[in-house]
Amino acid sequence: MTVSGWGNFPKLDARLSAPRHEAALAALVAEGRAIARGNGRSYGDSAVSVANTIDMRCFDRMLGFDPATGQLVAEAGVMLADVIDSFLPRGWFPMVTPGTKLITLGGAIAADVHGKNHHVDGSFRACVDWIDVMGPDGAVTRCSRDENAVLFGWTLGGMGLTGVILRCAIRLRPVKSGWIRQQMIPAENLDAVITAFEDNMDATYSVAWIDCAAKGDRLGRSLVMLGEHADPGEVPARHRATPFHAPRHRKITFPMNAPSFALNPLTVRAFNALYYWNGARQKGQSIVDWDGYFYPLDAILKWNRLYGRKGFMQFQCVLPQDTARDGLNRLLTAISESGQASFLSVLKRFGPQDSPFSFPMEGYTLALDFPRHARAIALMPDLDAITLDHGGRYYLAKDSRLPADTFTAADPRAADFAAWRRDNGLADAFASAQSERLHL
Amino acid sequence: MTSPVLILGARSDIARATARAFAAEGHPIQLAARHAADLQNDKADLETRYNVEVTLHDFDVLEVDRHDAFVDGLPVLPGIAVCAVGKMGEQADNETDTAAAVAVLRSNFEGPAILFGVLANRFAERGAGTLVGISSVAGDRGRASNYVYGSAKAGFTAFLSGLRNRLCKRNVHVVTVKPGFVNTAMTAHLDLPKKLTADPAEVATAIVAAVNKSRNIIYVRPIWWAVMMVIRNIPEAIFKKTSL
Ligand SMILES: Cc1cc2nc3c(=O)[nH]c(=O)nc-3n(C[C@H](O)[C@H](O)[C@H](O)COP(=O)(O)OP(=O)(O)OC[C@H]3O[C@@H](n4cnc5c(N)ncnc54)[C@H](O)[C@@H]3O)c2cc1C
Ligand SMILES: NC(=O)c1ccc[n+]([C@@H]2O[C@H](COP(=O)([O-])OP(=O)(O)OC[C@H]3O[C@@H](n4cnc5c(N)ncnc54)[C@H](OP(=O)(O)O)[C@@H]3O)[C@@H](O)[C@H]2O)c1
Repeated sequence: MTVSGWGNFPKLDARLSAPRHEAALAALVAEGRAIARGNGRSYGDSAVSVANTIDMRCFDRMLGFDPATGQLVAEAGVMLADVIDSFLPRGWFPMVTPGTKLITLGGAIAADVHGKNHHVDGSFRACVDWIDVMGPDGAVTRCSRDENAVLFGWTLGGMGLTGVILRCAIRLRPVKSGWIRQQMIPAENLDAVITAFEDNMDATYSVAWIDCAAKGDRLGRSLVMLGEHADPGEVPARHRATPFHAPRHRKITFPMNAPSFALNPLTVRAFNALYYWNGARQKGQSIVDWDGYFYPLDAILKWNRLYGRKGFMQFQCVLPQDTARDGLNRLLTAISESGQASFLSVLKRFGPQDSPFSFPMEGYTLALDFPRHARAIALMPDLDAITLDHGGRYYLAKDSRLPADTFTAADPRAADFAAWRRDNGLADAFASAQSERLHL
Repeated sequence: MTSPVLILGARSDIARATARAFAAEGHPIQLAARHAADLQNDKADLETRYNVEVTLHDFDVLEVDRHDAFVDGLPVLPGIAVCAVGKMGEQADNETDTAAAVAVLRSNFEGPAILFGVLANRFAERGAGTLVGISSVAGDRGRASNYVYGSAKAGFTAFLSGLRNRLCKRNVHVVTVKPGFVNTAMTAHLDLPKKLTADPAEVATAIVAAVNKSRNIIYVRPIWWAVMMVIRNIPEAIFKKTSL
């Protein structure tokens, strides 16, 4: 059956099974070249193995919650959206969340995802107390920072290549409402964005949407959005009686693959300019609901069809703090000059990260979507060269196209990871199309 | 207080989704299945997600002479009972292996019908209750590819219709669910057309809505009503030559 990631590229004819209990899962794992798959929200080929892709979404039970500590124990196929559905009404929210809630806990752990609060709270790892991982022989190992710490370390960010995550214990964050106090800061160029981030390191959430079509003096023009969980008193009057029940957004489904001309440099430039000016008008403080704040794209189901049948790719790198300003400048210049501006471009300040193979490091991460057209594909090597020059590295959860030597050069940890996998008999047991492409 | 919901065949994907949908509305849940002790995690799941009370009950639909005792053993008589028990088997086996055919006929028709008969009498005595039977579009017309399963479902559909007719004056409601194709363990090996295939959660939402609105017969995806309308109306002389 045809399996692909969120970017609809590559599309691979893969064997896909959906086991319903541990014994069936162990039997599949024993066949080798297995990769666990969550909700398929990684962009490329991380969650596909042609020989043996294992859909984990039937393992979707929540097993217990301790209101004293906020610890939730759950199976790996539980969706983050369901965690919010069950616990926000009781005053709890995920400690770390990516820009979509339609992911599994297994996917969040395997990619060690980051949110808008990375600079304060770190990656998803920060909320993980322990995980149960099934190895090649079907045996299940509990691991945490204190117990089987090596396996724990490589599994967070290990993209399913260390075993199958079965269960986890994660801690939720107490919140006083389902609303966010948002502060919108228009920043007219790259220097202004960086200043806005650096001046607001104590904001709980911060992220910038960046207009990649802007050039010259306006290069890097952005809307910086800060956020804090709102107190019940700040909730709009109509909703104050039930502060955790924000209004449901109407969901629309993108009806079909868009024709390839729908996204062209002109429409993208117009969209970016409109978005910027619209945002700039909302400068200052406002109260927005959690769903609209954290997950604006989830309101449009299947929005990946916007990019048409050929699919799209994401470029996401992180540049270390000391080279970030210059590196971003060069990346944005290359993009705006190429005319291949991206619809959705996001800039985010990361805080320190201490873990063996997770993506983040202290500095700035830039994420851009490109349709898979020849001209955008031709731009990638230029962006890669700038990334390497500035000591940057890549996010595997977004990658569908990196050459192995580029990835390895950018991330020396990859060789250690691969060696550890070989030494522990994992190299043939667990594999994805991505791990084969990148020699992990 | 919302009344307890009894889920029969609780391990099935459709049953699990249905239990969640009722628990989300605050109903306590009684999970009944063979080897119910294995359902500890499902119990924990419903309790954790929805803060409702959940009990586990051993139940084999084929042990028809124990159905009365099974119902007596429940902590309280439920307000709503959903039967998701079913067995499709392989048509080829069902044609040649008597034991296989008997198991399919009994699991889809005899067992569920006898149990619902027992529950119906208790509900009628109380003067309230809802029975939800998961039948199948396969019962709308027998086809070469699965008529053993289909005929058992046809029997169940007819039984539910009769029960509804008998009990509607006693304030007992009967819902017949014809899900169409559903992505579950039962169909994992089949290549089903996407537009005609529902997810278990979709079936569950439709069931809860049907119970709340006292609907009689539901097709989960409306398109199935049209598809079956056509299939039912093909003249037999032509139908017998088709391979549907
Ligand atoms: C709109 C959108 C916005 C996003 N925003 C962000 C963001 O802000 N920050 C961020 O960090 N990411 C972001 N992402 C990426 C996404 O959060 C990650 O790719 C995440 O891993 C997807 O989870 P999933 O359940 O869909 O997993 P999949 O995509 O199915 O799998 C991802 C990886 O996890 C592994 N995996 C999944 N389940 C298991 C398991 N049980 N055991 C072992 N390995 C497993 C897979 O093998 C694979 O390597 C975004 C994605 C989208 C589509
Ligand atoms: N999937 C579809 O496309 C589809 C379409 C139309 C109708 N349906 C109907 O929907 C219902 C649920 O099916 P499903 O798709 O979720 O498949 P399923 O997982 O195979 O469910 C069938 C359930 O019936 C239970 N069962 C079988 N024999 C039993 C017995 N003797 N005693 C007690 N329980 C017994 C099984 O329990 P064990 O776990 O103990 O084996 C299993 O949980 C069935 O009635 C099925 O006919 C399904």
